[in-house]
Amino acid sequence: MELICPAGTRASLEAAVEAGADAIYCGFCDETNARNFPGLNFTREDMRAGIAFAHRHGVKVMVAINTFARAGALALWESAIDDAVEAGADALILADVATLDYAARRHPQQRLHVSVQAGAANPDAIRFYVESFGAQRVVLPRVLSVPEIAAIMRETTCETEVFVFGGLCVMEEGRCSLSSYATGKSPNMQGVCSPASHVAYKEQRGEVVSTLGGFTINRFAKDEPAGYPTLCKGRFSTPQGSGYIFEDPVSLDAATMLPALRAAGVTALKIEGRQRGRAYIAQVVRAFRRSLAALDAGMPAPAAGLAAMSEGQASTVGAYRKTWR
Amino acid sequence: MQLTLGPVLYHWSPERWRDFHYRIADEAQVETVVVGEAVCSKRAPFKQDYLPGVVERLEAAGKRVVHASLILVSLARERRQTRELMASDEVMVEVNDLTCLASLANRPHAIGPFVNVYNEATARFLAARGATRICLPPELPLSAVDAIAAALTDTAIEVFAFGKVPLAISARCYHARAHKLSKDNCRFVCELDADGMPVRTLDDADFLSVNGVQTLSHSCASLLRDIPALRQAGVASLRLSPQDCDMVAVAQLFRDAIDGRLDAAEAERRLGAVYPGIPFANGFLHAVPGHVRAGPGI
Repeated sequence: MELICPAGTRASLEAAVEAGADAIYCGFCDETNARNFPGLNFTREDMRAGIAFAHRHGVKVMVAINTFARAGALALWESAIDDAVEAGADALILADVATLDYAARRHPQQRLHVSVQAGAANPDAIRFYVESFGAQRVVLPRVLSVPEIAAIMRETTCETEVFVFGGLCVMEEGRCSLSSYATGKSPNMQGVCSPASHVAYKEQRGEVVSTLGGFTINRFAKDEPAGYPTLCKGRFSTPQGSGYIFEDPVSLDAATMLPALRAAGVTALKIEGRQRGRAYIAQVVRAFRRSLAALDAGMPAPAAGLAAMSEGQASTVGAYRKTWR
Repeated sequence: MQLTLGPVLYHWSPERWRDFHYRIADEAQVETVVVGEAVCSKRAPFKQDYLPGVVERLEAAGKRVVHASLILVSLARERRQTRELMASDEVMVEVNDLTCLASLANRPHAIGPFVNVYNEATARFLAARGATRICLPPELPLSAVDAIAAALTDTAIEVFAFGKVPLAISARCYHARAHKLSKDNCRFVCELDADGMPVRTLDDADFLSVNGVQTLSHSCASLLRDIPALRQAGVASLRLSPQDCDMVAVAQLFRDAIDGRLDAAEAERRLGAVYPGIPFANGFLHAVPGHVRAGPGI
């Protein structure tokens, strides 16, 4: 299985290459990609140089252009596609029917991957992307159990890529407007979720209160670490009681699922975190490289041993185990 | 400008669901009614026995009937339901996931608000493959509605104009989770909340609503004041999403506002009496946070 690693900067890209990534994914510094954070991502020149560096080390680069193109402004997404192809991208990761259609017609030789943001969660949806645009790989949404992934693989010849580590969307990707409901900024349109620009922390009655767009997302006792207020990882109240009604502040660590994912026929494993620093990326990539080596040697898969790297220091295997639902 | 009644998103009892549609057939001023289960495949069987009668009554009343497909299709059961829905040429399907497109080929169909149509190129692609109606995602600002409707003059463009706004779909059931049950053994606790389970912040502010695997806004979309701008954009139809209130009265208020019999402010005041206690919002259309009430007259 290929190991696909994130890079938000040239330094992270180089760190991931040196740590043993098989491929890097990254995006341009604008709203065309779903990690459109300040100070992150690649200029056109960075992209050309980053791809050249990776290629010199035998590592592929996939360019994520995976937001949904703004009506009346398609040229921005089209030029991102043209420039990524020109820079030598090994694959484009696209979510919007408009961008897939453009890329398939304009660059018929270019390898196209269907982004997780497209939410292709079954063989019929995958068939649509393969038949319509010649997609060669689909990044599966984080809603499927391993047996369900195996069932998909039995019905498609399309390659599949799955997330194994990092931030965990609990909603189906590409189908979530929670962030824009609270802040006006959405993953699909602006490429951001629960943006830092709309986050505030305040002290109230001895507690730390985190807010997003003015809505309280969590309250922490003095001795409790105050986590980032990602909307779906907040504590809320319902008639059944209050708590983490969507998901605890955990992140995904599917290292123990690697044997099952390989048996299911998954092509590639993806690490989330283009917003992370180079030290984080290098450590996570090395840990998964070790896990894959152990797997190849027929040894039991160790947990990645990355507890300290996880959000809220707690991790889950998410939907890969059916009981999560 | 026409009116479309969207599918009932909540898990109402089968009899209530049937009677609701009977009354819509007999009394509501809407041209199109979307029926079926879009949210949870486990709920679908409850409606099956009553569906033919509901369709017959709506069609006898002159309504166009459209059948909603599931929003999230991942389980074998969900694929089977989706395939069965598309099996009959007689049925007009509302596609809520691109899963359907591989088999609908070029048969005329509608695109529902859960398909990511964010721009004119995507809309054109879908129209070229048989989409005759497209209900745009509720998240879209007016500028996008404008650009899409201007580019697709032969396709009926619809916007989500009334109802709690669907914001997310998941494989996980939050109703079951709140009741400490698993999804597979959920006991259909979502039936307890005909208008969604309220989700409040820890500061006791209204925020969201949970409907099984779906999350919606607490506020209720009302685009009554935006009707002139939507008409100007070339929007063909407004979607009214059923809430636990008198939807015949809701449809009448929208009809009266569209036809100029009521001014928007008065219509919205009356709407507040029909669906009391829930704030109205239209922020998405105005490119500000979705929970905000913005625009003319505010």
